Amino acid sequence: MHKVYHRVESIAGNVINIRATGIKYRELAEVTSRSGSSLAQVIQLRGDLVSLQVFAGARGVATDAQVRFLGRSMEVPFGDFLLGRIFTGGAQPRDKGPVLSENLIQIGGPSVNPAKRIIPKKMVRTGIPMIDIFNTLVESQKLPVFARAGEPYNPLLARIALQAEVDIIILGGMGLKHDDYLYFRDTLEESGALSRTVMFVHTAADPIVECLLVPDISLAVAEQFALQNKRVLVLLTDMTNFADALKEIAITMEQIPSNRGYPGDLYSQLAARYEKAVEFDGAGSITILAVTSMPGDDVTHPVPDNTGYITEGQFYLRNGRIEPFGSLSRLKQQVNGDTRSDHRTIMNTMIQLYAGFRETTEKQSMGFRMSAWDTKLLKYGERFEKEMMDLSVNIPLEEALDLGWKILADCFEPMETGIPSKLTDQYWPS
Amino acid sequence: MSEASGKIVGVNGNMITVEFDGAVSQNEVGFACLGDLRLMAEVVRVRGSLADMQVFEDTALLGIGDIVEFTGDLLSVELGPGLLTQVYDGLQNPLPELAEKCGFFLDRGNYLEAIPRGTPWEWTPTAKVGDKVSAGLTLGQVPEGIFQHHIMLPFAMDGNYEITYLAEPGTYRVEDVIAKVKDEKGAEHEVTMLQRWPVKVPIQAYQERLRPSEPMVTKVRIIDTFFPVALGGTYCIPGPFGAGKTVLQQITSRYADVDIVILAACGERAGEVVETLREFPELTDPRTGKSLMDRTVIICNTSSMPVAAREASVYTAVTLAGYYRQMGMNVLLLADSTSRWAQALREMSGRLEEIPGEEAFPAYLESVIASFYERGGRVRLKDGRTGSITIGGTVSPAGGNFDEPVTQATLKVVGAFHGLSRARSDARRYPAIDPLDSWSKYPSVVNPDQIDLARGILRDGTEIGQMMKVVGEEGTSIEDFLVYLKGEYVDAVYLQQDAYHDIDAATSADRQKMVFGVITDILKASMVFDDKETARRFFHQLTQTTKDWNRVDIEDPQFEELKNRLVNMVSEVTANA
Repeated sequence: MHKVYHRVESIAGNVINIRATGIKYRELAEVTSRSGSSLAQVIQLRGDLVSLQVFAGARGVATDAQVRFLGRSMEVPFGDFLLGRIFTGGAQPRDKGPVLSENLIQIGGPSVNPAKRIIPKKMVRTGIPMIDIFNTLVESQKLPVFARAGEPYNPLLARIALQAEVDIIILGGMGLKHDDYLYFRDTLEESGALSRTVMFVHTAADPIVECLLVPDISLAVAEQFALQNKRVLVLLTDMTNFADALKEIAITMEQIPSNRGYPGDLYSQLAARYEKAVEFDGAGSITILAVTSMPGDDVTHPVPDNTGYITEGQFYLRNGRIEPFGSLSRLKQQVNGDTRSDHRTIMNTMIQLYAGFRETTEKQSMGFRMSAWDTKLLKYGERFEKEMMDLSVNIPLEEALDLGWKILADCFEPMETGIPSKLTDQYWPS
Repeated sequence: MSEASGKIVGVNGNMITVEFDGAVSQNEVGFACLGDLRLMAEVVRVRGSLADMQVFEDTALLGIGDIVEFTGDLLSVELGPGLLTQVYDGLQNPLPELAEKCGFFLDRGNYLEAIPRGTPWEWTPTAKVGDKVSAGLTLGQVPEGIFQHHIMLPFAMDGNYEITYLAEPGTYRVEDVIAKVKDEKGAEHEVTMLQRWPVKVPIQAYQERLRPSEPMVTKVRIIDTFFPVALGGTYCIPGPFGAGKTVLQQITSRYADVDIVILAACGERAGEVVETLREFPELTDPRTGKSLMDRTVIICNTSSMPVAAREASVYTAVTLAGYYRQMGMNVLLLADSTSRWAQALREMSGRLEEIPGEEAFPAYLESVIASFYERGGRVRLKDGRTGSITIGGTVSPAGGNFDEPVTQATLKVVGAFHGLSRARSDARRYPAIDPLDSWSKYPSVVNPDQIDLARGILRDGTEIGQMMKVVGEEGTSIEDFLVYLKGEYVDAVYLQQDAYHDIDAATSADRQKMVFGVITDILKASMVFDDKETARRFFHQLTQTTKDWNRVDIEDPQFEELKNRLVNMVSEVTANA
């Protein structure tokens, strides 16, 4: 039996310190006081002084609280019985289902050997032309959505989850508004996708430490499914809340902050999570789609900035649309050569012409004279924004490509688009 | 040497504090014992009988009182034939072998032999019994892929020796004794093909360091012509994310005119390493006709692998580079990215509770970066031949702002700066090296006067372009407009290069000289046009033709044809002087 301790030396933020021996780093403990009990994890050992991070928060923890060490690190149950279930960040049921304690797996396991990864080659279809045509999502990709608060990033995520052709969806919610949590739950339920979904949701009202656990738990479960040959899509929203939780703990632990209060290991912490995206050589895959809200719409803020260096591209969501400039899927070249022979051409041509449209609107606003070409561009830009960029558009890739040709044909002569005549002969609508 | 042992008294992230008996040295390696697992760690600070050690693995479940065994050795790598084509982690564990042993994941506590012991090598002695030798001098050779791998007197052997025995030519394995030498006191030492060297100590078994003077041709036009790198030189590529740092490194690793390429993927995406890993064996090296992998070693410590090993990985890479330099080879070391390495230093410094410098980086950041780049350089070996290490490091500045400490510390010590700009990459102008901000202290493959001319036009063209945004084309004189068009022309046909086109991706030095000569003539020509629209159309066509020219093989008859067409086009619009 494990020893029980009764004397808490100090309490600061969500961290308590006690004196104990024989304790292991990252070991779990159960902290019980009058106000209830909670799990806690060892985050520092100095001689016999043990620092514990209390998952439910240190509020109400008494100096005579009972601390019982469990001799193991954080684990979650795993199995097909998880499907359709909703849990908190601490892996406790949030729905009315039973508490699970079978088949426990470690969280935050070692990283994948690069020699066991393969080059991703499979497209994930989403039905959103701005993704499918212009920045194709690829299986095993890790991609964040950069957006200002107030942009519809959660509906976008939910839509992709419903439409993407994957076996399992895992939703990791961090600091979600309760409304957003219900929105995800109801949307998945209505569409029948809940039966292939596992949700780990930390809402803004829950203890902050549980927020830190969400990505690790979600990805540990995803990894096990992937090893069973499943194609898993992990949705993480919102990673900025995760980073803020890291910041909070780091400051409590009196770590020296590096940039705007964030700890110096922010990059490594984020990378350890995002790098779980993988296509195994001989098993399934994990694709990660995350939301990173940008405080002040500033991409140089430490969270989006570090994220951009880790992920394989990013989607900018601006004014309710996926912005074609700046958005990038680094892996799109791996797949968009094998979809349809006009895919790359439509992708490049439409974006170039749209860039022309943007320049023209700038010229227009400065009062310069509009040429005949400018007028054509203006017409084109409007149609592009309405028929392609609008997030409500929901058509398969092939239809979207056909629509692209139609818009081009309605606005321009074939030669004005700069498309090689071989392709215009084949695809230009007559 | 007696090995000390100790007990853990503190754990904080990947740092452990150990109370030890006996003597330990700074940077000595020890193993923390966790049941059957032994986790490698390195001493980073000693205070009294307490040693702070950075653990190269996840520290979960280590506890107070766990035993630490010190080894008496500094963190070292194995050197010998069999390094080429390998894929190592930051501590020189071969990753494919690790995958065979452990499966999908990098389980902690597994350390494998870096150099396969069983491979037979065809040994030919080149020295003679009775020869006087010192560290770094060649005893014999074995063929390793396309190279003659020199077996040298181990670098750790100080002083002078006399060869007393050399193995007969034949097949030997790396641990077989292939020579015996006698030191000045008469004691005999056995020599094998395998030696160990501490990674944080530069290998200096050469005669002298030379000034880097010969260009290292990367076949990227904007680099070789405008911002060249010399063999034995150093350069850095800072840039915001998405500006193409890694693609540029990949192109360089493919086409650079060097013998050996060492890629240190340091804290970056695993996906990018996988591309190199899976594609290099399929690609042929244009210089040798063999697989590109034959001249490559990959040191791979991706962002999710333990941070302390990330710090070690750049030193592992530069030590391997130093080993091949001792054989008289030109080695290119590409480190992507040095910012991640600096962040690893920062994390450790934070755990040691050192007083932080700017942006919480440690105060010794600059000197550590400087001494790393100083391990590059061209040297004359003891037998008169020369070898070099060229170091190219990418920097990932926070927010894409070059004023941050890592970029600034790096700029102070490197010989060339290839700054990538977001504006250029957004405009799809690749490689996105900024032609106005970047610089190089090394000599170019083309004539300096020609560069000054082109650079002047680029600068003026940009200024005029900016002016035009305010006053419109109507308010710009035709002379200025022409300068603007010429600037755009050089940019489009020379600075930009299509990395995915077979011919355009790599431009040899001779071709660069020739093409740049033609382009300089075009820039010098005083052209006359009736109006701006005609001028614009002319340059459109000129750009198109020159781009076609770039895509034609130099041996193809079309090459001369297109060149003549260009010259004719220009002479038709040139004023008769």
